[in-house]
Amino acid sequence: MESLTLSDVEQKYYSDLFVYCDTDNTKKVASSGKVLDLFRAAQLPNEVVLQITELCGATRLGHFGRSQFYIALKLIAIAQSGLPLRVESLNSVKDLPLPRFVVSKSEQEARHANVYSDTENQGPYVGVIPRPPGRVQPKKVSAHEVIQPCMPTSESQPDTTSPVVSPHQSPPTSPHTWRKHKRQASGGNVDRQPAVAGAVWTPFREAQSGAVTGDGMWSAHSPPPPVQESWVSFTDTPPSSTLPTVHPSSAQQQESTTVRTLASAATTNEIQRQSSAYDDPWKITDEQRQYYINQFKTIQPDLTGLIAGSAAKEFFTKSKLPILELSHIWELSDFDKDGALTLDEFCAAFHLVVARKNGYDLPEKLPESLMPKLIDLDDSSGGPEPAPEVGYSTSPVEVTPNKSPSMPSLNQTWPELNQSNEQWETFSERSSSSQTLTQFDSNIAPADPDTAIVHPVPIRMTPSKIHMQEMELKRTASDHTHPTSPLMAKPPDLSEEGKLATSIKFPTNTVGDGYSSSDSFTSDQEPITSVVTRQRSHSGTSPEGLKAVAPPPPPPRPHPSHSRSSSLDMSRNFAPVPAAGQQQAGVVTYPPAVPPRPLPTQMSGPHSHRPADGEGLASHSSTSPQQIPEQPNFADFSQFQAFAVEHPADDGEKLSDGGQTEKCVDNAAAMRTVKNEAQADERAANVNSAKGSTPLAPPPKPVRRRLKSEDELKAEVDDIPQKSVLATQPSIPRSVGKDKKAIQASIRRNKETNTVLARLNSELQQQLKDLLEERISLEVQLEQLRPFSHL
Amino acid sequence: MAVCIAVIAKENYPLYIRSVPSQSELKFHYTVHTSLDVVEEKISAVGKAMADQRELYLGLLYPTEDYKVYGYVTNSKVKFVIVVDSSNTSLRDNEIRSMFRKLHNSFTDVMCNPFYNPGDPIQSKAFDSMVSGMMVQAC
Repeated sequence: MESLTLSDVEQKYYSDLFVYCDTDNTKKVASSGKVLDLFRAAQLPNEVVLQITELCGATRLGHFGRSQFYIALKLIAIAQSGLPLRVESLNSVKDLPLPRFVVSKSEQEARHANVYSDTENQGPYVGVIPRPPGRVQPKKVSAHEVIQPCMPTSESQPDTTSPVVSPHQSPPTSPHTWRKHKRQASGGNVDRQPAVAGAVWTPFREAQSGAVTGDGMWSAHSPPPPVQESWVSFTDTPPSSTLPTVHPSSAQQQESTTVRTLASAATTNEIQRQSSAYDDPWKITDEQRQYYINQFKTIQPDLTGLIAGSAAKEFFTKSKLPILELSHIWELSDFDKDGALTLDEFCAAFHLVVARKNGYDLPEKLPESLMPKLIDLDDSSGGPEPAPEVGYSTSPVEVTPNKSPSMPSLNQTWPELNQSNEQWETFSERSSSSQTLTQFDSNIAPADPDTAIVHPVPIRMTPSKIHMQEMELKRTASDHTHPTSPLMAKPPDLSEEGKLATSIKFPTNTVGDGYSSSDSFTSDQEPITSVVTRQRSHSGTSPEGLKAVAPPPPPPRPHPSHSRSSSLDMSRNFAPVPAAGQQQAGVVTYPPAVPPRPLPTQMSGPHSHRPADGEGLASHSSTSPQQIPEQPNFADFSQFQAFAVEHPADDGEKLSDGGQTEKCVDNAAAMRTVKNEAQADERAANVNSAKGSTPLAPPPKPVRRRLKSEDELKAEVDDIPQKSVLATQPSIPRSVGKDKKAIQASIRRNKETNTVLARLNSELQQQLKDLLEERISLEVQLEQLRPFSHL
Repeated sequence: MAVCIAVIAKENYPLYIRSVPSQSELKFHYTVHTSLDVVEEKISAVGKAMADQRELYLGLLYPTEDYKVYGYVTNSKVKFVIVVDSSNTSLRDNEIRSMFRKLHNSFTDVMCNPFYNPGDPIQSKAFDSMVSGMMVQAC
C-alpha cells in the first residue's frame, strides 16, 4: 500500500467513515458491504468504484482494512474532483476536497455538493436552516455536507465566518471530534470519530426512507438535528459524551453567527435557522438561552434548582401545544428522568417547544446541542454523570433498535438501568436481609451464651435501684404484683409453691425475681403468696422459708472453687446484710442473688432441688460458698430460673434495679462458678460490669441471663453466696470499687427489703394463727350448742 | 422475545397493549384478559411485604400449548403481562425478569412525565421503542 498522508481533517473524516462502515466493530476491518455502499453513495460510476477498490488493495486483501479504506476514500475524493485515479495521486493531490457521499439523489444532493464546495455558504443555509428534522434526506445530505464543511472549517478555523462557526455547531460531534482529534494525536482517537462518523451516517441511512423535501433548504438544520440525534444515539461511547460538551462550547461560539430574537416565534425560527445553519438546528443561541434562563427564573429563582413537573407542565401548557407533543418534549428533555427540569433540561424543553411551534418536527432523540451538560466529557467538569450516560445509552437504544432491533442494543442501553434495577433488586433483597438481621438480633443473646450470661447479670445489677424501688412500690401495692412481669406470671405458681414469707425482698430485682421464683420453689411450704415473699424465701431471707425452703439459692455455684465465690467475700457481704435484715437469718444476708435467670430447663430441675436448696440456704446463710456448690441448688435454681427466664424478659423491661442486676449477676456468677471457674470469672466480670453499669439496660441483661441461665440458675441458687462472690468480683479489676459499691448497695437494699418482708410475713403469720384460734373456738362453741339445736 | 406485551392499569383496563402484528392480535388480547384472573389470584395470595421485588414478579401465570404468559405487578397494582412464544428457545426466568424490569423502568419514566395522566393510554415513544425492542423481531 502506498503510504497515505492525510490531513487532520481528512483523517478525522475518514476515521468516522471507517467507524461507520465498521459494523462488526472490529475497528480494523470495514465490512465490505458497507464500504461498497458507501462508495456507491459517492455517486461514482461503478467502474470507478471497482477501480478504487482495486487500487486501494482491498481486492487483494479481500477486505477493507483501515488503510485500504482510507486510500479508497482518498481515491473517491480524487475521482469526485475529476482527477484520474492514480495511486500516485494519493499523496500528490493537495487540497483535495473530502469525498462526498450522497445517499439520496435529489437536488439537495446537488446542493450539498455545492454546499460542500462552498464552505462559506452559510447564507443559503441560513434560509434553509430550520429544516425540520422530519426531512430526512436533506438532513442526511446536509449532515453530510455539514460534516465536511465542518472539517475543513474546523481545521481552518475561521476562514469563513458562519460556516466556520456552524460547522462546529452543527455536527456537534464532528467538530468536536475533529477538535478532539486535533488535540489528541492525529488518528489517535479513531474510536471517537468513527463513532461520530458512524452516527452521521446512520441518519443518512435512516433518512433515506424519509421524504426528500425538495426545498433547497436542506439547511444544515435538517442534518444537524438528525445528525445530532444519530450522534447522540450512536454514542454510548466516550466520544459521544464528549460531544455534548464540545457542542455547548461551540454553540456558544456560534452565537455570533445568528441573532435570534426570542421574542417572536418566527424570529426564533429564523434565529434557530441562522444559528444552526451548519451546526445544529437545535443549537440554542445565547440570546435564546438567556431568554430561557429568564423564563426559568420566573418559575424557579434558583438557577441550580429544579422545576417541578407540575410547574413545568403548567408553563408549557401555555404554549398551546398538544399534550401528546408536550409529553414527547418532556420525555426528550427530562434527561435524568426525575420528573423535574434542571436549567439545561428546561432550556432544551423550551427550545423544543419553540421549534415545534415553528413547524419543526420533534426529534426522536434529544439533539446533542440540547443535551444537558452533565457528563464531564472532555474539558468541562461533569455534572450528574450517570444520568447523561444513561441518557446517552438510551438514545442509542432508540436508534439502534431501528437499525438493528435486537436485544443487544437494548442491553446496551439497559446496562445502567439494569444496574439500577439490580440495585433495586438488591435493595429489596437487602431489605429482606434486614429482616433477617432483625431476627438475628433477637437471637443474638442466646447465641452468645457466655457473654450473654455475663451481660445479663450486670444489667440486673445496675437497675437494682430502680428496680428495687419498683419492687417496693409494687410490693406495697400488692404482694402479688411482682415488678417483673415474669414474676407476675409466676406468682400463682410461686404461691402454690409456697411463698416464703420472708421474701418479698425486691421484686424489682430481677435477681429477686429469680429468687422469688426459686423461692416459690423452695418455699412451697411458705404460705406467703406474694412473689416477693417468694423471693424472700428464695433469697432465704424469710426465716421460715429459709430453712424449709432453702430457696433455691443461686445455683450451687462452685463458689468455693471460684475465686469470686471466696468465702471471704461472702462473709463480707453477709455481714452487712445480716445487719440489715438479721431476722431473715443469715440467709437473708445474701440478697437473692439469684437473678431470675430463669431457665425453664433449670427451673424444672431446681424444683426438686428446692429442699436441698433450703438446706443450702441454711448453710448458705452460714457460708454462701457452701450453697454454691450444692447441687440441690441447681434444682431449685433451675426452677427459679425457669421463672427467671420468663421474668428476665419482663424483668429486663422493668429491671432498673441495680440490686436485681446484682442478683442476677450473682446468679450468673454463681452459675458460673458452678460451671467452672472460668465462668465464674466471667460472672465476676459480669458482675463487675453489672455493678459498674448504671441501672440501664436491664432488659437485655435479663434476657441474656435467661440464655445463660441454664448454668446460672444453679448459680442463682447460691444467690447470696454469689452475691458475695459478686461482691468480691467487683474487687476484680474490672470495675473494682464502683461495681463493688453498687453491688453492696444493692445487697443492702435487698436485705432491708428482706427484713421488711420478713417482718410482714411474721405479722401475717401471727394474724393467721389468731384467726385460726378464733375459728377453733367458734367451732367448739358450735359443737357445744349443737345439742341444743337438736332440741 | 415476547409476542405480546400488555400494561394493565389497576382497574384492570389496558393502558398499553402491543402484539406482534403477524398474529391475530385479538387472540392475545383475550389471553391477556384471561391472565388477569390469575394475576389477581396471585396478588391476593401474597399477603405481606408487597414491596418485595420477588413478589412483584409473579412468574409464569399459565402456559398454553402455544405460548406462556408471565405476570408482574407493581406496587401501585399496575400489571405487566408478557406473552412469549413457547416455540422460542425457552427464556430463562432471569430474562423474563429483566424484561419486566425494563418495562417497569420505562413505565416509571412515563409516569414521571407530568403531561401523562395516570390512566391514560401510554403513548410515549420511548416506551414504544423499548417495547419494540423486546418484542419478537418479526423479521
